[in-house]
Amino acid sequence: MTVRVHGMLKLYYGLNEEGKTVDQAESMDPCDINGPHFDPEVYLNKLRRECSLGELMDQESCMVKQIRSLDSDMQTLVYENYNKFISATDTIRKMKNDFKKMEDEMDCLSTNMASITDFSARISGTLQDQHAQITKLSGVHTLLRKLQFLFELPARLNKCLELQAYAQAVSSHRRARCVLQQYRHMPSFRGIQDDCHAIMDKLAQELRQKFRDGGSSAKDLSECVELLLQLDEPAEELCDKFLSHAQSRLEADLLGLEAETDILEFIDRGCNEFVSSLCLVIASYQELFVNRPQEGELASKNIPQMAIGKLHAFVDALATRYFSLVERRIQEEKSVGDNSLLVRALDRFHRRLQAVAKLLPGSAVPSQGTEIVVRAARERIKQYLAALQSFYLNSLTDVRQALAAPRLGGSSAGELLSTLSASILNQIKSVLASVHLFTAKDITFSNKPYFKGEFCSHGVRESLVVNFIKFVCQSSRQFCESAGDRGGSTPPALLLLLSRLCLDYETSSITYILTLTDEQFLVQHHSPVTAVTALCGEAREAAQKLLNHYVKVQGLIISQMLRKSVETRDWVNTIEPRNVRAVMKRVVEDTTSIDVQVGLLYEEGVRKAHSSDSSKRTFSVYSSSRQQTRYAPSYTPSAPMDTNLLSNIHKLFSERVEIFSPVEFNKVSVLTGIIKISLKTFLECVRLRTFGRYGLQQIQVDCHYLQMYLWRFVSDENLVHFLLDEIVGSTAHRCLDPAPMEQSVIEVICERG
Amino acid sequence: MEDDAPVIYGLEFQARALTSQTAESDAIRFLVGTQSLKFDNQIHIIDFDDENNIISKSVLQHQAGEIWHISASPADKAVLTTCYNKTSESRVVTCGAVWRMPPEWESGSHESPDDPHNSHNPQNLELLCHLDNSSHGNASCVLWEPMGDGKCVISLADNHALLWDLTESSTQATISSSATLEGKGQLKFTAGKWSPHHNCTQLATANDTAIRGWDLRTMSQIYCIENAHGQLVRDLDFNPNKQYYLASCGDDCKVKFWDVRNINEPVKNLEEHSHWVWSVRYNHSHDQLVLTGSSDSRVILSNMVSISSEPFGHLVDDDDLSDAEDNHQDEKTKEPLQDSIISTYEEHEDSVYAVEWSSADPWLFASLSYDGRLVINRVPRALKYHILL
Repeated sequence: MTVRVHGMLKLYYGLNEEGKTVDQAESMDPCDINGPHFDPEVYLNKLRRECSLGELMDQESCMVKQIRSLDSDMQTLVYENYNKFISATDTIRKMKNDFKKMEDEMDCLSTNMASITDFSARISGTLQDQHAQITKLSGVHTLLRKLQFLFELPARLNKCLELQAYAQAVSSHRRARCVLQQYRHMPSFRGIQDDCHAIMDKLAQELRQKFRDGGSSAKDLSECVELLLQLDEPAEELCDKFLSHAQSRLEADLLGLEAETDILEFIDRGCNEFVSSLCLVIASYQELFVNRPQEGELASKNIPQMAIGKLHAFVDALATRYFSLVERRIQEEKSVGDNSLLVRALDRFHRRLQAVAKLLPGSAVPSQGTEIVVRAARERIKQYLAALQSFYLNSLTDVRQALAAPRLGGSSAGELLSTLSASILNQIKSVLASVHLFTAKDITFSNKPYFKGEFCSHGVRESLVVNFIKFVCQSSRQFCESAGDRGGSTPPALLLLLSRLCLDYETSSITYILTLTDEQFLVQHHSPVTAVTALCGEAREAAQKLLNHYVKVQGLIISQMLRKSVETRDWVNTIEPRNVRAVMKRVVEDTTSIDVQVGLLYEEGVRKAHSSDSSKRTFSVYSSSRQQTRYAPSYTPSAPMDTNLLSNIHKLFSERVEIFSPVEFNKVSVLTGIIKISLKTFLECVRLRTFGRYGLQQIQVDCHYLQMYLWRFVSDENLVHFLLDEIVGSTAHRCLDPAPMEQSVIEVICERG
Repeated sequence: MEDDAPVIYGLEFQARALTSQTAESDAIRFLVGTQSLKFDNQIHIIDFDDENNIISKSVLQHQAGEIWHISASPADKAVLTTCYNKTSESRVVTCGAVWRMPPEWESGSHESPDDPHNSHNPQNLELLCHLDNSSHGNASCVLWEPMGDGKCVISLADNHALLWDLTESSTQATISSSATLEGKGQLKFTAGKWSPHHNCTQLATANDTAIRGWDLRTMSQIYCIENAHGQLVRDLDFNPNKQYYLASCGDDCKVKFWDVRNINEPVKNLEEHSHWVWSVRYNHSHDQLVLTGSSDSRVILSNMVSISSEPFGHLVDDDDLSDAEDNHQDEKTKEPLQDSIISTYEEHEDSVYAVEWSSADPWLFASLSYDGRLVINRVPRALKYHILL
């Protein structure tokens, strides 16, 4: 209902927005009771025409009802509107009253404001002058305060000086300095400035004194330095003073170092006292002079550069002294027993110097330190070489004594050899192990290029191992040389043993030792190193020389016996031989014992096939005959047309007998050499003598005896035959009455002997 | 520049003694003494015709005994001494004697060596005098005073050194002074050499392994090199141009060179032979050339230039060279030359007991082996010209 009422009101006020559509939809229908074009006449006519009475009646009652409700609605609306209108009117009226009141108050306010503005303008106008004066006064006040500060400055500085508040004094002075400088043309200021200068000089003096005294702590010192720097003290001088001060302390440390015993302790002390103090000095120095922020005019002086230069010189000088001490101490370290101590000491030494390197990049100190370590390592290698050499010589002395001592077991030579070579090898191994400490991973200097390369290849391999092997060969060779001239001071057995040792070295030991070294030290050969083959060659040469010498010495011993036996006898007037001479038995005995001796160390070797009865060969002796022309001898009946001719032919065509020729490394060759020398001596001696009949016969007997026993030792029995033939032949030639003995008698005599 | 082949001469007998005819400076002539117990011994005079490479020989009988040592007078071509073995019934004695060669030998010397007349009727040596030393033992060698007038000889007999004066044309010999070596055992001189230096007042002797120097004016020992060799010392020779230098050889197969002012160490050692070295000889003119003979049947010629009197090679007269050449030469010769073995001669088949340079031709030498083979060799031409130029 209200909606409809509102709608109607809208209609009334023409505010219906849908009015047009309604208009257009319904305007055409005059029968629409709610439409604007409603035509009551048409509507009535229509109703009358279409509706019955009843319906008309209903229509009429309905209409009446609707009209009634409309009326009541209308009344309500009107009433409501009226009330509202009334109240609105009231409100407007009330408002009208209020506004009037307000307007009055506003007027009042504006007038008040105007008067306030007026007052205020007047006040400010009056205060203007005073304000300017106050500003001026306050300016004067500040100036006065500054002046006061200035005037009080000398007193204040003095007081600071008394209280030793140097920092405050310096900062005060610094504040005033510029002003004083600026107004120094005014006498009063000049006075102040002079006073200040005097005081500050005194202060500086005191600071310097303090600085010089040295007893003060590092912090104090640095403060001092800082203040002095601010006081325009020349930085150079300060550096010098600082350093000289530090130097005295460091030198005291160095002096304390001299009397130490243990190398590790020594290095420890050196590190803990000297090196750490040095580091401290470097650090504080850098703090003071090098790393300080550059401000003001100080920046222009380029202090750090100068300071660094001075520091380097200082550190270098001190380090040089320290190094010389260390080096002297290291040189005293001669015992080669425990290398680890030295290596640890060197490691510590080197490690501590790294700190210096970090503090002072570009300093030569760490590299010098490394050099010292390198030198120490080199020295060490030399010492080890010397130790090895003396060990070797001592071992040889032992062997010599063992050889001189009466034999207990038969195989002593072989045992001695194996003991000797084993102990040498062990010694080499232990030395290698000791030296290896230098390259251990946990040692700081082991990764230096020297220790990676040159130390391994040149130091250990060449200087130590190769030199030692060379020394062994060389000392062996010396045995040959010295003994040859001065009557054979070296026992022959030792020569033989050394020869075998060298030969073993050639065949296996050298390769083994060098491989061991190369493996342990991972040698990278940058520079050419001694080849294994060269060393082996040297060892073989030494072995050969020793063996040759052995043959010579043993040959000489037997030769001497033979020579004496030939020289001392009167061969012309000797008696008929009944026996083999004792010296021949001795020769055979000695040869047998040499055979045993050599057999212990050397292999048998090859010999030419023996004839079926080597010991039963007969000798030919040619007798003289008038018609001989030149070596066309006739022979004893026992050997018709026989071997002497053959032997002469043999002599013509066979190879020359080399008497002192090199021997091979086997028993047969050695024995052949010795027998050759002995028999050749025999031959030469015989040629110098003149024989009687029995002299010749004695030689025949002796030669037959030698023949019986010596053939078994040599590689080619023909050689023995040949030489013995020569001896008997020469004897016959030198015989006044060459009547040879019957072969059968010779045999009987020899069998009996 | 091929070298001439060696010339070989064979003797019928075994031989140890060889010398060049010292007084002969034109002909190349060697004297060889034989050793035979059964036959008459001979002295072969061997002339070598260098141009035609021909040997001619003369034989003189030496009936006194087998010859162990022979030595020619430096003054008289015809005079020589020998040490020989004399065997009486049961004794063998070595004696020394001075001989004169018969004057006719030279006329017959140009006959062919195959001439039967020559070999069948040899002439005898004329005995001038015996160096009678029966009281002093067996003579091992007789030494003439070098470059002397043939009036002085020294004989070494056992442990005595006897200085003889030859008078009356060498027909009389008297002992003018003597020295005796005293010591343990039976000492015996094995070799000796009269030094040509110091006005011929020094003698060097060898006994066993020691070398001793003697002053002939006082007949006293001046130096003694004990153990000069490991074994017996067999021979000695003085460097003809360096007065303190001495070469020795011995049974230790070595040749050693000594400066007698420093006897502790030899100046040089040579160890090239493979058996005893019996003889060592300096070349008379070029003392870098050293000849050695050994019982290994070899003769070795060595060039010991570093210890010679010409260590920088032959010194060229400055005048002969222009300056530029001179400087060049200087540089070249400043470097001491290397010692070396020049040559090893293997013509012998038996022990070589004696080697000798020719006194007439400094580039020629002879060696004698026990089987009687005499070989005459020359210094290789290349070396000869190297030394001369």
